[in-house]
Amino acid sequence: MKLKKNIAISENGFLFNPETGDSFILNPIGKEILNQLKEGQSVTDIKQLLLERYDVDLVSLEKNMEDFLVILQHHGLLDR
Amino acid sequence: MKKTKYHIAVTGLNNTDNPGPGIPVIRSLRESKDFDVRIIGLAYENLEPGIYMPDMVDKTYQIPYPSSGMDSLLKRIEYIHSRERLDVIIPNFDAELYSFIQSKERLKAIGIKTFLPTIDQFEERQKTNLGKYGQKYGIKVPMSKVIVHRHDIEQLKESFEYPLLVKGKFYDAYLAYSEEQVKSHFDRISAKWGMPVIIQEFIRGTEVNVIALGDGLGNTVGAVPMRKQYITDKGKAWGGVTIANDSMLELTRDLIKKTQWQGGMELELIKTMNNEYFLIEINPRIPAWVYLAVAAGQNLPEALVKLALGLNPPPFLNYKVGKMFIRYSYDLIGDISQFGALSVSGEM
Repeated sequence: MKLKKNIAISENGFLFNPETGDSFILNPIGKEILNQLKEGQSVTDIKQLLLERYDVDLVSLEKNMEDFLVILQHHGLLDR
Repeated sequence: MKKTKYHIAVTGLNNTDNPGPGIPVIRSLRESKDFDVRIIGLAYENLEPGIYMPDMVDKTYQIPYPSSGMDSLLKRIEYIHSRERLDVIIPNFDAELYSFIQSKERLKAIGIKTFLPTIDQFEERQKTNLGKYGQKYGIKVPMSKVIVHRHDIEQLKESFEYPLLVKGKFYDAYLAYSEEQVKSHFDRISAKWGMPVIIQEFIRGTEVNVIALGDGLGNTVGAVPMRKQYITDKGKAWGGVTIANDSMLELTRDLIKKTQWQGGMELELIKTMNNEYFLIEINPRIPAWVYLAVAAGQNLPEALVKLALGLNPPPFLNYKVGKMFIRYSYDLIGDISQFGALSVSGEM
């Protein structure tokens, strides 16, 4: 799963999709996930990184991550 | 080297909440790196804001409404030309374009150039012909039907689902959720714009537009796609952003190639959830948001003037993505004597 090319994410968490003109505000975790996706990391690697970095259990992380990816897909930000 | 100064007449100075393209066109021309301009504003109403905006028009003349006929318009233009030695006229209203297109040769004979679509190009893209247009040029268009009688409304349920759009032949579009609403919009639109009224299938999606300039030989001189970010209750963009969209650019280039479009144009499109593009309307002129294209790197009004003068502007190859425009309102202060001068003498 990859983030579509050309998606711009600024330091303050503002995301702009230049193909559609859509824009979104990401919270810090969302920004972190998208930046990792942009760098080409796999979802598995990103989950591992978040597990190490934050106080979260695997079940909550997987559920929230899956929800987040569905939202990204819905807004046309991912290349599956 | 001293730049050549062209005298350019521009209409559409109504910089209101339903703005004409005149002021953004003038702003673009004043930024030309290749020529200087003297701008002659052509106004229909004494209170068109562009008349009073500083550093926009050098002189304004009133002109008669298109409904007064072509002869009275041309007589007035000839008078203005005798005073101003016009090089180019850029008309910016849909309702006046027919007269200016028809007058092309008469204007040319006295030394005034235009760069407008041909009468065939203008006519075939009329809202009333959209279905045929889509079929001819291979573009998806919403189903539409032209009606001229109120009693035609009852039969709409056989071919349309609600909501549907009720549109005037030049301007205005209202969404109707019931037969009663269609009747009410039909009355309002037919009283304002006359017949026919167009009924159009409502396509759900995002409104996106392309501004483009065709050289009349099938080539696209420039094209910039824009996504509306904020739409007023009159359906006008109050904010928009340039986007990188190859499908929209391809659709535009293909249409210009097939139609050999001459002049400025605006394609109004709806992008559906399935990434399909439906052509809703073609405005056969430069749109009011043209300055966004200029800010993104394509000075299309400048290129249009060059084309009108027989110069060959090179095509624009790119533009900046993520450039945004936001309209605003601002109270200009004038003096009643300015209004008086225009009212009495028809020029200011």
